[in-house]
Amino acid sequence: MQNTAKIVPITPDAQHQALIEIDDVTLSYGGAYGVLALQNATLNIRAGEFVAVVGPSGCGKSSLLKLVSGLHPPLSGSVKVDGKPVKGPLKICGMAFQNPMLLPWRTALSNVLLPLEIVGTRKDRGRAKWADHVARARQLLETVGLKGFEDKYPWELSGGMQQRASLCRALIHSPELLLLDEPFGALDLFTREELWDVLQALWIDQRPTVILVTHDLREAIFLADTVYVISPRPGRVTYQAAIDLPRPRTLQDTYTADFTELSHKLREQIAVGVHK
Amino acid sequence: MNNMLLKRSLPWLCTIGMFALWQLLCVGLRIDSFILPAPTEVWSSFMAHTGLILSNALQTLFTTVAGFALGVGVGLLLGLLIGASPSVYDAIYPVMIGFNSIPKVAIVPVLVIWFGIGTVPAIITAFATATFPIVVNVATGLATIEPEWQDVLRVLGANKRQILTKIGIPRSMPYFFASLKVAITLAFIGSVVAETVAANSGIGYLMMTASGRFDVPLVFAALVVVGIMGVAMYEAFALIERRMTFWATRRREAVA
Repeated sequence: MQNTAKIVPITPDAQHQALIEIDDVTLSYGGAYGVLALQNATLNIRAGEFVAVVGPSGCGKSSLLKLVSGLHPPLSGSVKVDGKPVKGPLKICGMAFQNPMLLPWRTALSNVLLPLEIVGTRKDRGRAKWADHVARARQLLETVGLKGFEDKYPWELSGGMQQRASLCRALIHSPELLLLDEPFGALDLFTREELWDVLQALWIDQRPTVILVTHDLREAIFLADTVYVISPRPGRVTYQAAIDLPRPRTLQDTYTADFTELSHKLREQIAVGVHK
Repeated sequence: MNNMLLKRSLPWLCTIGMFALWQLLCVGLRIDSFILPAPTEVWSSFMAHTGLILSNALQTLFTTVAGFALGVGVGLLLGLLIGASPSVYDAIYPVMIGFNSIPKVAIVPVLVIWFGIGTVPAIITAFATATFPIVVNVATGLATIEPEWQDVLRVLGANKRQILTKIGIPRSMPYFFASLKVAITLAFIGSVVAETVAANSGIGYLMMTASGRFDVPLVFAALVVVGIMGVAMYEAFALIERRMTFWATRRREAVA
């Protein structure tokens, strides 16, 4: 039975070869006496793993991303990426938010190319390589279904199209680590499901390590290898579930009994957290 | 179609209406041209002194544009500095507001002591009046950037300079170009004011000498020319604004 999923309580034994090790981390906004966003959170993420983090709103899910990307330092505990402590913003990340955050003065293509103007050596950013970059960006836009919209400005695109472009921007520089902060939260259901497919295809193709923050359980189960449940603020990692459904997963799979059972089990875990 | 035509012609109709009303009042109430000359008298005065008015207007245009250009350079630089760094903001802002609160007429005599009567005080006055709105607007544009936009670049390891050039400066451009429209008209006021106090040419100087000779129609002819130049420069910069930052106004249209 490969279609069985396990609900596993958190165990302290660290997985070997973890790309990201978050060890007993507490994080707060506004110093030691500020708002506590995360408390004693411990989790390990393997290279190439697709992780989804779910929990009620305001439970510190997004804080987890700020922590891993190095945008916000922990109050205590340690965050290591590739064995090295995170001291400042990492250079291996791509990030997408609930709001597409495209720059309105740039076309879709130019928006996607933005990371390549920042990362890499001066030579990588030079004229000689630029034609390759543009070709790659065009190809990426084509894979997400934006062929013919490369030269449109963000306001000429629908919300779903902007989010597709935003995904391309997060992936153009082939980041080892892709951080997604409720990227489909503002979209309608049909567009959202379509983009799950797009994201899954991109992930299978590039195999970055992904941390997806979401409050949609179907989304988490459809996309992730491992789902972490975080309790209400201050956020604690209370459960983890390995999702063994075969890939590529289809939308049909989300209506199977296995899938439904999984989401029920996860939903219970979130409920437990709420009543604690 | 009809609406469009009406919208286009409305400013012209309004302007013509204003002059017609003015004419009607002067003729109907038999106002002495020594008090308020009718538009027809202003026009004949303009025709009689065309060369004089235009050469002085050209001088004013020169001082205005020179002062304005200086103001744009300094204003943009100061605005970027203030907007990018909170400590520079704290340090400079009170002094800047202090300077801006001083009526520019008050500093013209000082400028005359320093530079003598002529073009320089007018240029400096134009510069002093034009700079402030540019600084404030550019700084506002920089300071109100959405933090997520910065995060997009920060997770890539971008430094402050990169965030400024990729996001800060383009983002503040609509604010900058909007301020230019205001700044050019203010520069104009500055140079004309300086000319009325301390100059031997320029439209302000012409007005002062004309009123000294009680040639009121010539004063008004000069005033109308000042007004027309102001409108022309404002429109020129409004056009530049639409060209340069179409993405900002288009976005508003798309949302509306």
